Amino acid sequence: MSRILAVSVALLAACAANAQGVLTALPRAANGRPDMSGVWQALNTAHWNLEPHVSAYPVVIELGAQFAVPPGKGVVEGGTIPYLPEARAQRDQHFENRLTDDPEGKCYMGGVPRSTYMPYPFQILQNERDVVMVYQFATAFRRIFVDGKEEAPLDSWMGWSNGRWDGDTFVVEVTGLNGLTWLDRAGNYASGSAKITERYQLLGPNHLQYEATIDDSTVFSRPWTIRMPLYRLVDADPRFLEFKCEPYAEEKIYGHLRKPGTAAPVGASSQ
Amino acid sequence: MKQQAATAGVLVAIAMAIAPLCAQAQKNARTAWGDPDISGAYAEFTTAPLERDAKFGDKEFFTPAEHEEFAKVRLTQAFDADDTEPGTQEDVHYSMGQFALSENEGVTSLNLRTSIVTQPKNGRIPPLTAAAVARRDALAATRKGKEFDGPEMRSLTERCILWPSTVAPILPRGYNSNLQIFQSPGYVIIQGEMGDPRVVPTDGRKLPDNLLPQWNGTSVGRWDGQTFVIETAGFHPQTAWRGATEKMRVTERITRLDEDTLEYAFTVTDPDTWAEPWGGVYPLTALGALLYEYACTEGNYGMANILSGARKGERETANP
Repeated sequence: MSRILAVSVALLAACAANAQGVLTALPRAANGRPDMSGVWQALNTAHWNLEPHVSAYPVVIELGAQFAVPPGKGVVEGGTIPYLPEARAQRDQHFENRLTDDPEGKCYMGGVPRSTYMPYPFQILQNERDVVMVYQFATAFRRIFVDGKEEAPLDSWMGWSNGRWDGDTFVVEVTGLNGLTWLDRAGNYASGSAKITERYQLLGPNHLQYEATIDDSTVFSRPWTIRMPLYRLVDADPRFLEFKCEPYAEEKIYGHLRKPGTAAPVGASSQ
Repeated sequence: MKQQAATAGVLVAIAMAIAPLCAQAQKNARTAWGDPDISGAYAEFTTAPLERDAKFGDKEFFTPAEHEEFAKVRLTQAFDADDTEPGTQEDVHYSMGQFALSENEGVTSLNLRTSIVTQPKNGRIPPLTAAAVARRDALAATRKGKEFDGPEMRSLTERCILWPSTVAPILPRGYNSNLQIFQSPGYVIIQGEMGDPRVVPTDGRKLPDNLLPQWNGTSVGRWDGQTFVIETAGFHPQTAWRGATEKMRVTERITRLDEDTLEYAFTVTDPDTWAEPWGGVYPLTALGALLYEYACTEGNYGMANILSGARKGERETANP
């Protein structure tokens, strides 16, 4: 009887695990931790807008359909971001001025969590002491101290990351963000007071569940969470090409300081 | 300034006396997965200049006594360089000493070598070929009088695109000349403080022939005993490192010498630029500190100031 019970419990557990998409045979590093090494990319519209959104005109109408905003169901748990009233007005202001003000257009580092779901790949490399993340956009770089306890010594674009393994989930606490980054192209944002708690959980060899909780009482009425799968790029050479975006932002940032009568070298600086 | 230089000289002398005692301690350190361990944060500065003073001929090493004297002068020069002539362009730059950005205010590796360059034997970079000189002159002619027209006319460093202290071959220069190395199974990541992380696979794969041009080139690596060997090619035509073409190839060899020191050796080949391959070697010394984020583009007030200064100058010339 007890044997039948045990088998039933095991079957139930397997069922439950399967229902969540969790496989038992995850790739593992030598120290037994799940091996997240590889190149990953989000495949959704979170970079356009974290909240649910229908399609929309491109920010410059001449760009036409190929640069229109595609629709998305959103990645925010519960649907909307719990802004304080004044902060929501600030977000709306960002949206109005997105053509000039979005840091992405200036080739600025995306910060956390935005860098994770920008439409560009990023590479994770890990050993027992450090997890390193290298992002294609703006060649942003993060060193995550495994079991690190150090406080952020100063504010920065990519913040200060201390990570730890919670079972098979890699949990990263990010502080020391400078508050100058946005969360998406719709102008959603958090301040420099934000604490971001990220959770990375392998669902299988090629899927990495990403979750980020944003805790910032100066902007939001409560902590809130985004969640999405990341997909492994399974190309033979898992490295990505460099994308130096500086040349493409120069005219936007410095064009007003150009010598009158000269023109931007459109095409000349491209790779 | 003089006091700092004297103190630095004493520290150099003390460290030189102690260094041999510590050598060998961690020479054979390995990662958890068995590769030689070259990870850490390192300073690129060293007492040896890039090129050897012609008066030393083929003399490759100083005696310790000669080195002490040489290093003292070199460190003093570095600090004296902070004293600029009023009204010159250098004087407008912030004081390297004031903001701890001078070459020798960080960690400076001791180096008995008379130059970083060891190949050719005279310790000097071979002269540019006639073709390379012609390229350089043609480029200068197209830029002449237009140097301040727009951001695209400025140097790659001013544009936050590339730094000599981070692109292969890595050479100490300016400030923040530090790098960090991480290792994970199958990869070595080399990140210059100011530059882009180079993710180098360690499986010995060959560089393909059809590389797309990259500002930093494309690198592959392999372990040769205790030494990590990196081959880099496929540079962007505008990378033009010291006037080289996109055909430049770089071989780097990184070896741990002791707990605090790596040896960094490099060879550069580009027949369209130099008649012979050339290269050098210098030590990388542990910083004993973390590297912090260097946000160049995000804080590039320099570019705006350079261009607006040029516009102001033009207005004043037009309306004296």
